[in-house]
Amino acid sequence: MDNLIENKGFVFSKESLRKKFRWSEFLSEKIISGVAFLSITIIVLIFVFVFRETLPIFHHKKETVKIESVQKQEQYGGAEASGPTNASGQEQYGVTTTDTMMIENQARVEDTVVHEADEATVKSLIGKEWLPVSDRPRYGLIPLLVGTLKITLLAILFAAPIAILAALFSAAFAPPWLREIIKPAIELLAGFPSVVIGFFALMVMASFFQDIFGYDTRLNAFVGGIAMALAAIPIIYTITEDALTAVPRSYTEASLALGASRWQTALFVTLPAATPGIFAAVLLGVGRVFGETMIALMATGNAAMISANPFESVRTLAATIGAEMAEVVFGDTHYSVLFLIGSLLFIFTFGLNALAEFYVKGKLVKRFQGK
Amino acid sequence: MSKKNKIIGTLFIGTTAFSAFLIIAIILVMLIVIIIGGKDTFSWEFLTSFPKDGMMKGGIFPAIYGTALLVVIMSVAAVPFGAITAIYLTEYARETSVLAQTIRFAVRTLATVPSIIFGLFGLGFFIKFVGGGMDNIFLGGQLKWGQPNILWASLTMSLLTLPVVIVSVEEAIRTVPREMREASLALGATKWETIRRIVIPGSRSGIMTGTILAVSRGAGEVAPILFTGAAYYLATLPTSLSDQFMNLGYHIYIMATQSANVDQTLPIQFATTLVLLMLTFMLNLTAVIIRSRLRKKAK
Repeated sequence: MDNLIENKGFVFSKESLRKKFRWSEFLSEKIISGVAFLSITIIVLIFVFVFRETLPIFHHKKETVKIESVQKQEQYGGAEASGPTNASGQEQYGVTTTDTMMIENQARVEDTVVHEADEATVKSLIGKEWLPVSDRPRYGLIPLLVGTLKITLLAILFAAPIAILAALFSAAFAPPWLREIIKPAIELLAGFPSVVIGFFALMVMASFFQDIFGYDTRLNAFVGGIAMALAAIPIIYTITEDALTAVPRSYTEASLALGASRWQTALFVTLPAATPGIFAAVLLGVGRVFGETMIALMATGNAAMISANPFESVRTLAATIGAEMAEVVFGDTHYSVLFLIGSLLFIFTFGLNALAEFYVKGKLVKRFQGK
Repeated sequence: MSKKNKIIGTLFIGTTAFSAFLIIAIILVMLIVIIIGGKDTFSWEFLTSFPKDGMMKGGIFPAIYGTALLVVIMSVAAVPFGAITAIYLTEYARETSVLAQTIRFAVRTLATVPSIIFGLFGLGFFIKFVGGGMDNIFLGGQLKWGQPNILWASLTMSLLTLPVVIVSVEEAIRTVPREMREASLALGATKWETIRRIVIPGSRSGIMTGTILAVSRGAGEVAPILFTGAAYYLATLPTSLSDQFMNLGYHIYIMATQSANVDQTLPIQFATTLVLLMLTFMLNLTAVIIRSRLRKKAK
């Protein structure tokens, strides 16, 4: 105690009250804000690096020389990578290696031919054929885009009504004890790894629905869509529930006081008041389905075709990246096109997120504050 | 009230209840099917032995080990950064400042970016740029770091789980009462001292929940590691950061879609799925329990 008093002194002067400069304070604050800044940096880096790899498509002539020298070192097979360790995995790896070698040989032997084909790459991007591994590779993104949109539409058609109604049930009608069960249970579904949902769809749901509907292709957009819906339901449910419970009590009380019944209040007062939030929930659900990879890889059949029939196989943008990136040669046109698809996915989900964030939030705040 | 209204009301409430129970029924069916499919193969030996006969028989120990290693390295990278970001957002930043709002937006964007994009980023940034750069500078172009390995896969995964940590820790920090901070400051502690002695100890359970949720997420995601380090089959366990690794989720995917005889290995696939599901389930459950205690404390 004595020390303290001596140090600080009894007299408060302007000097003694001024905030002291301390190195530890200064450093800790700078370090903490520096680290916090990291998340912004990551987003920027993702933008930069995903786009960077797509550039060769548009500037391939300047890049060709560089790519070839890189190609020899950075062969992406996995066989060399794991070396002698994969003795009994030989059969599987063997295939990959020869594939990659073949592609590489082709690239070297048919040097001029391949690069002439590259000329056409940019034009073929809007084509209707996705044939990346053929003599004359064609990288038409249209079937992939159509497939993704089809799956997204199907999944949201399943997920949105069920999730919103369930949210309405737990927010407006369910007794508190039941809500305490439903909410965590559905949140538990959010914890299901997508590979588990994909596996379930592939092994169980596909056969189950084939028995009911009797379609030919076992894995198709319908099965994929339902599986994706399972991934989207918890997101839509949670955000919708939050939006519904955020509606001011005065709204519902006024409605009940005017003689409306509970369901009328829920349907005609609470639900409309929470529309922007529900809209945001559906947008985020769309984002989730749009970029979902594992379910698409496992349950949709992965055939790139354009058709309106929900019982045909589809190939989504994300699944294409997931399936083909591991087989591709670094710096190849195919590699760059896959990164281009990644950029598209990124821009799209980024846009959805921004829309949900700024437009919807602003609207919700305005509405509840009565402006 | 008219009778017609009452019927519509009952129907409407019935539909909403049906939707809620439908979701829960689907969850239960999934659980039951996976448990029934996997329970015969699931055993202690299955968990602790290596795959045999070209992955047609045997256990999944390397996949479990690889997954564990992945989430440990991932947590080491993600938790400190996530916790510090959360401290910045709650303790230092003003709610309305442009920087804080930009960080919040960035964190939410990170949370919604498709996981496959992280995989692409890991490939383009970690493997090609950082790893390839390291090889060129230190090893004179010899290939060591510029290829998929467990380090790059873990770091890629840590970016994906960063928002999970940030959100949990932030929530916990907000439950530390204002009075305790003020008491600490009034006693002459500086801001950093207050954070170190009051805020961080008070939010320990939040950091725990964040870590658990991140681990659960990281253990289940497959898309980011598809081409940043996961391997089909390895006869030995990874011993260095530059080794590839096996992973539970990736194992399920490979066995279900690309193995030579999918039907014959079906029990193994179900059992692997069961293991992965049990793992993420238990982790999530623990997090939910800690969190609900935390929320009670906050009230």
